[in-house]
Amino acid sequence: MGLPADTDPSFADYAHPERLVSTTWLAEHLGQPGLAVVESNEDVLLYSTGHIPGAVHLDWHTDLNDPVTRDYVDGAGFAAALSQRGISRDDTVVIYGDKNNWWAAYALWVFTLFGHEDVRLLDGGRAAWIAEGRELTTEVPTPQPTEYPVVERDDASIRAFKEDVLAFLGGQLVDVRSAPEYSGERTTMPDYPEEGALRGGHIPGAQSVPWARAAQEDGRFRSRAELESIYLQEKGLDPSQPVIAYCRIGERSSHTWFVLRHLLGFDDVKNYDGSWTEWGNAVRVPIATGDQPGEVPQR
Amino acid sequence: MTDAELPGAFAAIVDDFQALTEPDRLQLLLEFAEGLPDLPERYADHPELLEPVPECQSPVFLVVEVGEAAEGADAPVEVFLSAPRESPTTRGFAGILTEGLAGLTASQVLAVPDDVPHRLGLDRAVSPLRLRGMAGMLGRIKRQVRERVAA
Repeated sequence: MGLPADTDPSFADYAHPERLVSTTWLAEHLGQPGLAVVESNEDVLLYSTGHIPGAVHLDWHTDLNDPVTRDYVDGAGFAAALSQRGISRDDTVVIYGDKNNWWAAYALWVFTLFGHEDVRLLDGGRAAWIAEGRELTTEVPTPQPTEYPVVERDDASIRAFKEDVLAFLGGQLVDVRSAPEYSGERTTMPDYPEEGALRGGHIPGAQSVPWARAAQEDGRFRSRAELESIYLQEKGLDPSQPVIAYCRIGERSSHTWFVLRHLLGFDDVKNYDGSWTEWGNAVRVPIATGDQPGEVPQR
Repeated sequence: MTDAELPGAFAAIVDDFQALTEPDRLQLLLEFAEGLPDLPERYADHPELLEPVPECQSPVFLVVEVGEAAEGADAPVEVFLSAPRESPTTRGFAGILTEGLAGLTASQVLAVPDDVPHRLGLDRAVSPLRLRGMAGMLGRIKRQVRERVAA
């Protein structure tokens, strides 16, 4: 079965401290049977420049997304990707990456869609490991392929689609994009490429909490008390009620999903991965502009 | 893909990419990342002279120098780009632009087709967002060239 949880006291207050490991814990457990270390970055080349010894690379774009339909890979695709990397269904998977674990959290969320039970984040991600001067290698491991089972993806529990969000208007929505993206402020100028959405703004009623507020300067997560002061006190979110998070394509909101679900223990958190690139292009969906959540239309 | 012609050096880079398999294309992109020259001192010490490229997901800065104004569209162009080592993909694109545009005149730079990021055969391996970063760099380089030629 899985490896023991990291008992680092700084994790003790979180709702699910077993979902995080420290750099120290990882360094101590590297190479142990039953542990798979996965690097997942925004930048597809970063792994090649140096990674944690033994870590395999998983790219969000080429490995986790379907190449044709805008969707995640299916059970067979996920099983193939993990088998090839020598990962077993009962392995403890520790994921880390660049940019405050932005894409690592996205990968973790996708692992969760497939019900991989023991999947954890390295607190602080790639940057923390490097800042501590820990070992990196360019040697790419060649693991013995495994027979990862084909598991049907469960989209019902932690994933929201546009129709779900439309039916959820008036419920707790969290927009984790930056302030100008939330307000709908236009930043285009001549020769500036378009942002990929026809309309600016946010889903009516959504609270604005840019995702990176959950991280400290060093990329590690803020303490539970600090997180509660942001999401509970400042934004008034109720952990016992359902919440849906979104961003542009669902990656930054995976980070917030992790925070709400595993660190603050919200019961029902979904990630709307269609996010603004779907909503901001959809016909006749309600949109609010400005820095306030705005009025939720009557249904 | 349009048929607009690429200048020689740039066309050669595209051919090199096209001749490779996808994993090797990424390897070549990494080599461009490693080959991106450091900024000369006059810019390294004066970041305020450089223009940020917000289309890139990492901090990228660029500045363009255009030769004598009297030469107009025939003035030689020099492009300087900086991108962090933690963003090798972006650095790779910056390296391709630096090498591909080297030695061109203002009119030649302006004639570089805007779809060049999509000619490298990286559309599948590299996300559209990151390719847009390269388009952003090229768009801003061209705008600076136009401004400097007009000045």
